[in-house]
Amino acid sequence: MLRRNLMLAVALGATLLSGAAYAADPVSIVYIPKNTGNPYFDSIIKGFEDGCKTLGCEFTTVAPASAEATSQIPFVTAQIQRGVNVVAISPNSPDALNLVFDRARAKGTIILSVNSDMPGNETHRDAAILPVDFTKTGPSQVELLGKQIGYEGEIAILSATTDAPDQNVWIAAMKDTLEKDPKYAKMKLVTIAYGDDDPQKSTTETEALLANYPNLKGIISPTTVGVAAAAQVVETAKKADTVKVVGLGTPNQMRRFIENGTVEAFQLWSPYNQGLLAANFAVGVKNGTIKNEAGTVFEVPGLGKVTVEKDSVIKTQADLTTFDKTNIADFNF
Amino acid sequence: MNSIEKSPMPATTPRVIVREAAAPRPRWQVWLIRPEVVTLLLLVIAAIVATRLSPFFADLGFILESSTYYIEFAIVALVLTIVIISGEIDLSPAAQMALSACLFGTAFKAGAPIPVAMAVSLLSGLIMGAFNGVLVTVLRLPSIIVTIGTLILYRGLAQVLAGDKSISGFPSWFVGIDYRMVGIVPVPVLIFIAASILLGLFLGITIYGRQIYQIGTSEIAAIHAGLRVRRIKMGLFIASGLVSSIAGLMVASRLGSVRYDLATGGELTMVLIVMLGGTYIFGGRGSILGTFLAAWLLVIIATGMTVANIAINAQLTVMGLLLIVSIIATNAIYARSQR
Repeated sequence: MLRRNLMLAVALGATLLSGAAYAADPVSIVYIPKNTGNPYFDSIIKGFEDGCKTLGCEFTTVAPASAEATSQIPFVTAQIQRGVNVVAISPNSPDALNLVFDRARAKGTIILSVNSDMPGNETHRDAAILPVDFTKTGPSQVELLGKQIGYEGEIAILSATTDAPDQNVWIAAMKDTLEKDPKYAKMKLVTIAYGDDDPQKSTTETEALLANYPNLKGIISPTTVGVAAAAQVVETAKKADTVKVVGLGTPNQMRRFIENGTVEAFQLWSPYNQGLLAANFAVGVKNGTIKNEAGTVFEVPGLGKVTVEKDSVIKTQADLTTFDKTNIADFNF
Repeated sequence: MNSIEKSPMPATTPRVIVREAAAPRPRWQVWLIRPEVVTLLLLVIAAIVATRLSPFFADLGFILESSTYYIEFAIVALVLTIVIISGEIDLSPAAQMALSACLFGTAFKAGAPIPVAMAVSLLSGLIMGAFNGVLVTVLRLPSIIVTIGTLILYRGLAQVLAGDKSISGFPSWFVGIDYRMVGIVPVPVLIFIAASILLGLFLGITIYGRQIYQIGTSEIAAIHAGLRVRRIKMGLFIASGLVSSIAGLMVASRLGSVRYDLATGGELTMVLIVMLGGTYIFGGRGSILGTFLAAWLLVIIATGMTVANIAINAQLTVMGLLLIVSIIATNAIYARSQR
């Protein structure tokens, strides 16, 4: 307790000193991830921290223990009470936070939805910062696999649950690409398996794919749990040469498979860049240098030009980032 | 006992001596050494620490606003206190909150006017409580197992009913009960205070209240004394279901939407409040006053640490330690008063 008090006193002193150094108070930003202990969100936090280091904003992060729909509400209320300028949040629910957001905004707090939006409730937040243009996920995954198997042969998809909304949209786009683009005419989708984002079930489903489709050339698994499980099965079965695995994975989960050659390449986006972008956008909007309206273009150091789209949606990057042997060492999340 | 051996009196009048040895404890001890006093002390300490931790804490409007996030659980905890005093436990209220709120949402979406949807929800609370009650009193199953089972069952039914999506679009007069104020006091807090007074009186001065303590102290003695034990327990489980559905409707109003995972883990918060308030887990002892104070203790601690940006793992640690401290205090005090 004493130690915490001392730390608080020091922090308070530092704030007072820095307050004197700046002409105006620095913009204060707090980021509330879905829950604690998730490396994915740690990467977003790192982006915020680095952004605030160069911009001179004050950054803190707090998170609830569980990702239950209402667990973030007390944290938002506490931040309003603390008088922070910007609350960036990865909402646990598309609508349970509407009322508390409305209150925060009535008191002048800017609400940024980071990493996912609140479909149907866009009017309750100021802007949404999304990782990537999701319409490109499906085609881009098909191309990544096609390139590796010479655009020919049987392929399968290992998804999450049967009703996972993101995955189903991407799978529909994959099917569409396979059917309509003549480049992929010789690639045949034989089945879609569902691993429920459970490592055990994903492993069993992949083993079944290998057993039932001996001519299988490739597996696309657009979910982080699935792609890691599929890579593990292919490695154990020593089929890495004949069956190619691609998907959406995180560098830390996939590093081993890239380094030992089981997986040539996989894709995802950069959560770090989202944090960096959000910090730049937040400070710009607060200081009046960035207009929060469709069509605004602003520059983020390291990311280039970024456009605010309809409904104040900002996509951090246009294309997915491809991770392979050449660049995986640069990422840690 | 020692007084008998030490007594210079011959053993002809031992009864009188024993009575004198067990002289009643001084009145101030009876009034001051009670679990509720421990809770009150913790409450005062927590308030002082929270004020020193963050300059943003000491704002009554903010504390009252933040209290609305815990007050629904606190209202259910009042009834749970009585259930635990009677020697049973109910772990399903949070799931009952979710299911009754989802029933409300589903009825509303199917076109029912809000009052009808609310009636459906309250009725479901009665039925869910009665179901627990039948399993415990008619089939004579242990309530801890029964209500763990129905906890999963009710939550599962809520998910079947509402799916993974949330139901919203309620009219504006229904939404935002936590922002309806009387002075600076939100309506849910007033409901909690009123419920505390009513249930406190029920437990403290009515014949049923005395009977519930009797059942919790010794069920067999209560049966021999002719108390309608099963009927009273049935009534308590039904009351628990009813208050859960009221709490569920309050959450629906506060959030403006319902989802199957509403109030997940709430049963632990409720048990935490009851235990912090000094109710004896084995029944027979406890009070509404203790639970009332413990609810504010929880509000002060959770709000104080959240506004001071203290990491959630530290918050959970503090809660766990407090619970253990309060259980030790409760047990020590009851052991002492039984001597």
